[in-house]
Amino acid sequence: MSATKLPPIPGTTPFDGEQAKKGYALNKMCFSFNSAECRAEFLRDEEAYMKKYSLNEEQAAGIRARDVLGLIRAGGNAYYLAKFAGILGLNMQDIGALQTGMTVEQFKAKLAAYA
Amino acid sequence: MARIVGMLTTSHVPAIGGAIAKNLQQDAYWKPFFDGFLPVRKWLDEVKPDVAVVLYNDHGLNFFLDKMPTFSVGAAPEYHNADEGWGIPTLAPTRGDVDLSWHLINHLIERDFDITTCQEMLVDHAFTIPLKLFWPQSPCPIPAVPVCINTVQFPLPSAKRCYALGEAVGDAIRNWDSDKKVVVIGTGGLSHQLDGERAGFINKDFDLKFMDSMINDPKWATQFSIHELVEKTGTQGVELLMWLAARAAVPGTLKRVHTNYHIPISNTASGLMALATL
Repeated sequence: MSATKLPPIPGTTPFDGEQAKKGYALNKMCFSFNSAECRAEFLRDEEAYMKKYSLNEEQAAGIRARDVLGLIRAGGNAYYLAKFAGILGLNMQDIGALQTGMTVEQFKAKLAAYA
Repeated sequence: MARIVGMLTTSHVPAIGGAIAKNLQQDAYWKPFFDGFLPVRKWLDEVKPDVAVVLYNDHGLNFFLDKMPTFSVGAAPEYHNADEGWGIPTLAPTRGDVDLSWHLINHLIERDFDITTCQEMLVDHAFTIPLKLFWPQSPCPIPAVPVCINTVQFPLPSAKRCYALGEAVGDAIRNWDSDKKVVVIGTGGLSHQLDGERAGFINKDFDLKFMDSMINDPKWATQFSIHELVEKTGTQGVELLMWLAARAAVPGTLKRVHTNYHIPISNTASGLMALATL
């Protein structure tokens, strides 16, 4: 059975073939951020860098707005997007807070409350 | 023949690398995590394994979506870490054991695992940080062979399949014509989710049940589909697949050396287990 037949998990987008196809350009750009030179090139001219990787409008808008949920909808994978977050100096609690509409302190408190 | 001395499993969050670099092991936030490794290092000092087989998952350092092998085995004389883009220090290279690599490769193919072989393979934090936690010296004093499981792009291999892979890895090691002592390591987990509106999800009840099953009922988690595991443990909680494979490589009754569970490290429920062969 195809993965799309499975009941959705709220707030969760499994990175399946559909997402991998949709997000290829975006993820390829973010994969390039393993290289310090590429990170610097992106920061020098974000628009030119996005064009070089042929991001579509939805993906480019997500990058411009630093909109993590929008980037996931546009096919972004968590691991590659984390490299984009690294450029912005954001850690995983910052990213968590951005996605859940919390402050970073609230997000950290939510994690600690599971203990 | 080679002998397996036991198995180790631990979480592998990148932030641990940052904490090590900043010497934060005794900081209040990190201490409950790092202190868990002290009894495990003591055990390693006693049993002195000669080589480690490390089951881990790459996070976009060695593999990209252009080619994404489900299972891959390293066959390099040396494994290099590199810039992963999120600002953690690059660790020293780890020596490989090419003889063991090819023995594993031959045995796994014979057992119908259509693995990818890698004579060059960059290893990311999921390989380097656990070694650093178990052996803080630099470089890692013993050689290691990486076995990578895809947890980036779905469909992922099932829990049942990862367990079978682990069984085959264990059989291969025990059939290796060598007098070496081997330790099997599985890295990742436990419950956590980085992406989406459900980011920050943790499931302590499931994690504790899973850790208990690693001792008393190793196949327990193989009953769950990947979809069920994502639902119960988070999108990245599925990294428990590496724990399952490591346990399968060292079957039967094992002696508990040490276990630790601590919430949170970064966004993750961190777990640590050291189980010794009787």
